[in-house]
Amino acid sequence: MLARRILLRLLQSIPTLAGVAVLTFVLVRVVPGDPVAMMIPPGADDAAVARLYAMYGLDKTISQQFLIWAGQALGGNFGISITTRQAVTGLIFSRLPATLELVTVAAFVAVALGVAMAVIGTRFAGRAGEVVVDGITGFFLAVPDFLWGLAFIVVFGVLLPLLPISGRADPTQASGLSTEFTLIESFVRFRWGITTDVLAHMAMPAVALALPLAAMIARVLKSSLAEQMGQDYALLSRVKGFSRWHVILAEALRNAAIPTVSLTGVQVTFLVGGTVLIEKIFSYPGIGSLAIDAVINRDLPLIQGLILTFAVIFILINLALDLSYAALDPRLRHG
Amino acid sequence: MAERGTLRHAAKNWRVLMGGALLLALVIAAVFAKSLAPYDPLDQDLSAQLAPPDWHFAADAHPLGTDSLGRDVLSRLIYGSRVALTVALVAGILTALVGTALGLAAGFFGGWADTVISRAVDIWSSFPPVLLSIILVALIGTGLWSVVAAIVLIDWTRFCRVVRAETLKQRRLDYVDAAIVAGLTPGRILWREIVPNILPLALVLLTLEMGIAVVIEAILSFVGLSISSDAPSWGGMIAEGREVVHEAPWVLTGAMLVLLATVLGFNILGDGLKAELDPVLR
Amino acid sequence: MSDDVLAIENLSAAIRNGPTLLHEISLRLAAGEVHGLVGTSGAGKSMIGRCVLGILPAPVRVTAGGIRFLGKQLVGLSERDRRAAGASLALIPQDPLSALNPSRRIVSQMTDVMRLRLHLSHAEAYARALAMLDEVHIRGPQDVLRRYPHELSGGMRQRVLIATAFACEPRLIVADEPTTALDVTVQKQILRLIRELQRKHGTSVLFVTHDLGVVAKICNSVTVLNAGRIVEQAPVADIFLRPQDAYTQALFAATPRYDRPGDTLRPLPADFA
Repeated sequence: MLARRILLRLLQSIPTLAGVAVLTFVLVRVVPGDPVAMMIPPGADDAAVARLYAMYGLDKTISQQFLIWAGQALGGNFGISITTRQAVTGLIFSRLPATLELVTVAAFVAVALGVAMAVIGTRFAGRAGEVVVDGITGFFLAVPDFLWGLAFIVVFGVLLPLLPISGRADPTQASGLSTEFTLIESFVRFRWGITTDVLAHMAMPAVALALPLAAMIARVLKSSLAEQMGQDYALLSRVKGFSRWHVILAEALRNAAIPTVSLTGVQVTFLVGGTVLIEKIFSYPGIGSLAIDAVINRDLPLIQGLILTFAVIFILINLALDLSYAALDPRLRHG
Repeated sequence: MAERGTLRHAAKNWRVLMGGALLLALVIAAVFAKSLAPYDPLDQDLSAQLAPPDWHFAADAHPLGTDSLGRDVLSRLIYGSRVALTVALVAGILTALVGTALGLAAGFFGGWADTVISRAVDIWSSFPPVLLSIILVALIGTGLWSVVAAIVLIDWTRFCRVVRAETLKQRRLDYVDAAIVAGLTPGRILWREIVPNILPLALVLLTLEMGIAVVIEAILSFVGLSISSDAPSWGGMIAEGREVVHEAPWVLTGAMLVLLATVLGFNILGDGLKAELDPVLR
Repeated sequence: MSDDVLAIENLSAAIRNGPTLLHEISLRLAAGEVHGLVGTSGAGKSMIGRCVLGILPAPVRVTAGGIRFLGKQLVGLSERDRRAAGASLALIPQDPLSALNPSRRIVSQMTDVMRLRLHLSHAEAYARALAMLDEVHIRGPQDVLRRYPHELSGGMRQRVLIATAFACEPRLIVADEPTTALDVTVQKQILRLIRELQRKHGTSVLFVTHDLGVVAKICNSVTVLNAGRIVEQAPVADIFLRPQDAYTQALFAATPRYDRPGDTLRPLPADFA
């Protein structure tokens, strides 16, 4: 039942991915700018230049180029990055875990903070507590993640130097880990010194990404909590003798979560988009900073590979979202 | 009831005043940059690289310090407000015009126009805006006008979505029917009856959009995709300040605070206007 | 009288900085008695029930008067004391759909209150839930307990809610228009059921309704409300035979009479509606 549903959704996403692939391939090639020209050393002869173009397959027509690229891509080969001369697939896979861990931590912080603010605001509805919560969410929402990141660097990196402002781990420490999922691997292998170090590097970028999202979650969740608290079942639960905290957390929260989950899904894709900038600000070695460098250097094979990677991430987030509705609402389980 | 009304009135005024004051400072800085700035923003003083802020008001003092080329930070911040203000006005107003026009068309005419426009809005808004703006500028080339074009291309949906919904609402009200019965042409009905009712809403959105435009420009300058790094812009200063943050935190701090004040100014003003113009809240 | 289950004395309530919703309401309710609260919507009848239960909406405050329940003053208690004092209170809500949490199974919604108030174990609470469902004439109670609310009909849900209300042997039940959202045929069954259980358990009921026909079937005495004020208070027989107040008479004229099918219905005059 569940497996079939997942399989169906994955099959449905194939045309989307194919569309994205064709579109980026064409767009990237149609626009002006010649990546190879940037690499040609001064005084190179024409034959050498032609060899260079041939090496990246740029001497063929767009449709030929696409067929070659697609054929290789199906086999997991996305070509060679023009600037770093590494295989695109390997490059992306070496950077992807850092971004996935960052996004996961950021999403976790955002949800925890957002839910906490919504619950507190609901508990003190109509009192000073609600005004404070509304003020904080308004402020979190007004300031974009870019500015939060910079403010954190100034405050917690320079004025009170508590946290590292760049990188992912202390480079002087040999990690000896076998995957790039440094956070998870160091945790499960009891290398908690490394875990702490990675978390310290992640703290500022993750919270910067999380604050605007937390505020958005708090707003939507608080308004649907208010609606749920007016429902008869919430009143009945209070008459039964349960405290407001209990009614909010054990009764209303789950029903109020559904609109919030659908918002969070869309916003988590934006969070993934936001990593591009935040990783650049914090020199964090993920696919976001890789993407910016690729765009600035017009590294075509890398740009294509990255856009497809982002597309796959977005599709998976939406799939996870879809499945979580059924977990939240028993009415959707058989249908 | 009366007490509550006065309170709300005061809060609204407070917001409009505070947001307005912040933005007035921005406008003054941009217009009178020449007379306000103590130095030429491009003048390099290689004997005073990364000089810390100096509050002694001597003739050759740098009140907010200098950057790595010995350029005066305060002067660059003041001249940078010109870029910010230009982008806010041009990109903000163009975005508002494009988005509002499409929203009006979709909401008023309905049918296939609505289907096409609404579908486009849906697809557009499913992309992360920052990623999209970087890709767009990379595609159409760098420079201030590319940045403006990218902002319009990305953010028109904000206006379109809201204006369409509001137009649909107005369209269903009796006065539009009355105007049709009276024999007014669709164009006249749109212009005379619907647009005036949409205007307050569009104004609030425009205020918020200007803040967003300033941030997007700063982001693209920061990444190196906006105007050249010599010309004074806040985003460029942020990028440079980030490099030397340990040696000279004042470069990053100054640019960040100015950008923060501008963003908050637009947001506070927008919230204040919303409270003032929204008949439901009033 | 000190043996009254409920005594409301000169109760007034208002929206903060806003209009007064209840003006000096007084009423008494003896053990085992069913008292009707009647009026058009907005008359304040539900608000009285909410005052008694301690679930006023956030901006509404009790401004004067008191509520004595089993001799204990409820007005002015802290929220914690209030919850403790409410152990012998229960509610039968208006809308059986929204009164059950859509994401929890019936069993947990019935047993949570028994575990909280009666300190029963899981197994004891389950056994009691089965017994209560039997009392409200639900067949296959094990099956019903396993279900989610959306899998039950409106009448079944209301029976579950009635069973839950009586489960902790409350001394007073506030029934807030418990039949309004139901079909006419189901309405009669539900009324009969409330009456039956109320007699069996000796529970007092504060019955909020806009339907005088329902009042005649189930109540011993009645309070007629208009715009937050009591317009008439009397035993049911008196009020039906000799309505004193013009408003009460107008309410009667607007109520369909099954015994006089030829009569035309008169809408409530504008100054009452």
